[in-house]
Amino acid sequence: MKKTLFTQIEGGKGFYGLLAAFGAVILAGLAAVYHMEHNGHWVTGMDNQIVWGLPHVFAIFLIVAASGALNVASIASVFGKKMYKPLAPMSAFLAVTLLLGGLTVLVLDLGRPDRLIVAMTYYNFKSIFAWNIILYNGFLAIVAVYLWMMLEKRMNRYSTPVGYVAFVWRLILTTGTGSIFGFLVAREAYDAALLAPMFIVMSFSFGLAIFMLVLLGSYKMTDRPLGDMVLRRLKNLLAVFVAGVLYFVLVYHVTNLYATQHHGVEAFILKDGGIFTTMFWFGQILIGSIAPLAIFFHPTLSKSRQWLGIGAVLVVLGGLAQVFVIVIGGQAYPLNLFPGYEVTSTFFDGQVNTYSPTLAEFLLGVMGLGVALAVFAVGAKALRLMPASLADDMVDPH
Amino acid sequence: MTEKTQPDLARREFLSQGAKAAAGLTLAPGVMLYGVAEAKPADQAVTSKVRWGMLIDTTKCASGCNACVQACNEENGLGNEKKSRAEQVPQYIRKVELREKATGRVVSMPMMCQHCENPPCADVCPTGASFKRADGVVLVDRHICIGCRYCMMACPYKARSLVHEALEDQKANNPRGKGCVEACNLCIPRVDEGGQPACVEACAAEGHKAMIFGDLNDPKSEIAQRVAKYATTQVRADLGLNPGVRYQGI
Repeated sequence: MKKTLFTQIEGGKGFYGLLAAFGAVILAGLAAVYHMEHNGHWVTGMDNQIVWGLPHVFAIFLIVAASGALNVASIASVFGKKMYKPLAPMSAFLAVTLLLGGLTVLVLDLGRPDRLIVAMTYYNFKSIFAWNIILYNGFLAIVAVYLWMMLEKRMNRYSTPVGYVAFVWRLILTTGTGSIFGFLVAREAYDAALLAPMFIVMSFSFGLAIFMLVLLGSYKMTDRPLGDMVLRRLKNLLAVFVAGVLYFVLVYHVTNLYATQHHGVEAFILKDGGIFTTMFWFGQILIGSIAPLAIFFHPTLSKSRQWLGIGAVLVVLGGLAQVFVIVIGGQAYPLNLFPGYEVTSTFFDGQVNTYSPTLAEFLLGVMGLGVALAVFAVGAKALRLMPASLADDMVDPH
Repeated sequence: MTEKTQPDLARREFLSQGAKAAAGLTLAPGVMLYGVAEAKPADQAVTSKVRWGMLIDTTKCASGCNACVQACNEENGLGNEKKSRAEQVPQYIRKVELREKATGRVVSMPMMCQHCENPPCADVCPTGASFKRADGVVLVDRHICIGCRYCMMACPYKARSLVHEALEDQKANNPRGKGCVEACNLCIPRVDEGGQPACVEACAAEGHKAMIFGDLNDPKSEIAQRVAKYATTQVRADLGLNPGVRYQGI
């Protein structure tokens, strides 16, 4: 077993080409922001019924994935698995950049993004949003310190205790993200304590899928050796997480189906909801859960890197579908103000709300991914995040 | 959740004295006397001794009558949106038509911010822009609303709207800003000067008198006596929010 050598990535044509591509995604997103904020939200598909739209789907997905991306580092620091240690700096840095990407989207969709300073100076401590502002900033600070402990040789011995703090913090953070919905008592699709742990398992899955894709992509582009052992371990772990998410989804729906008062919202998501039903069964369950599990456990496909990559992409797409169903589907189903009555009004009471996202909202959402990957690429060029080799003979299998 | 008191402004006091005199001229005598009796002097801070509330008798509310909605739009300068889609246009008050599934009984009634004692909008607001005034009126401080719309997600009554476009020709008593959330404020500028909400006045002017406004904490007030005597309903009472708006006949 040899000592792991961490190196920066080279800044050749490929690197700058990649940066230019991410830059184009970011520029398109900024143009979308200008369009939305200059005109007001009337140019979007969002309205007073569907108040959170596609930008929130991307933002919440990225924020959830961010805390999950840190898992690889946690497995090394907290659970002492040596194989994961060389991957820890990449994992921690990716966690930071994914969170930055998600927060960028969230903040730029505000009705008044110019008042960001207000959000930082006025706090209502009963608001889960206000807690989250502290949790997000704390996460960035703690993981930054964690990275320092890992990258600076003299500080290496402190990386384990700081890793513990980061691990606990990330669990609280995702609890906070899930509770944004879990605390909404009025809406039938939310109002469940189960959402907090479900978001944690979702973060394990989404974050690891993105980590695997970044690992595969960056090692291929920089021609670094990447052994099958690392990939096989990560693949098995991802499969467990995907199954874990499925379990939580099952419990959530079975619980709701048992209670008569929730039959309406369940029928909407599972059976009659049009795009939301399609997104659930086809996007979340088939594409995002069953197909990747089939690939990861298939005797031959699971040995192919291309197929592992495809599996991870499917987990990401399924994750976006899942967040879409939660965020938009939960709002599309009408609030039940008057049980036992049929309701109509000029304000769309009692009606299923429709949502047609605009290109601007999509571009703003995708910009979050662009920001995350661009910052990661710049970081990998500036810092020694990536092991020069992850070939099987360089990796401790324990 | 924070409770705030109104800042004690000499300018506001001066304006309100003038307005009070004007209100005395324009309102019906009985309404004026009743209103002034409950209003606080303008130089005193708002206190929790008062709990403003509304009682809506759905048996008197006429299906097809939209007087309260029109009065609200006029009072608050709503309806001048040029670009917003129907789903995006703010509505502070709306007429809701109900049909009881089991019996077919039909009810028509206005819905607006229910001015909860424990408002979920104020709980979730990250900056404290959504708040409950000491006298029970739930308001948005538009100087610190960042437009996150979490309050709209949290409100069980669909009472809130986002301003989706830049607006012109606004009313001085209700400045509205693009990107901020807004809702019924119980016509608090009128109430602070001894008046009644515009919807309540309009309903009375139509001869329906389906809406009663007053201080729920004042045992002598009509509203307090009515809710003490007759069965009234809070919408989504199961949530335990104790709204200040109550209904009869549902």
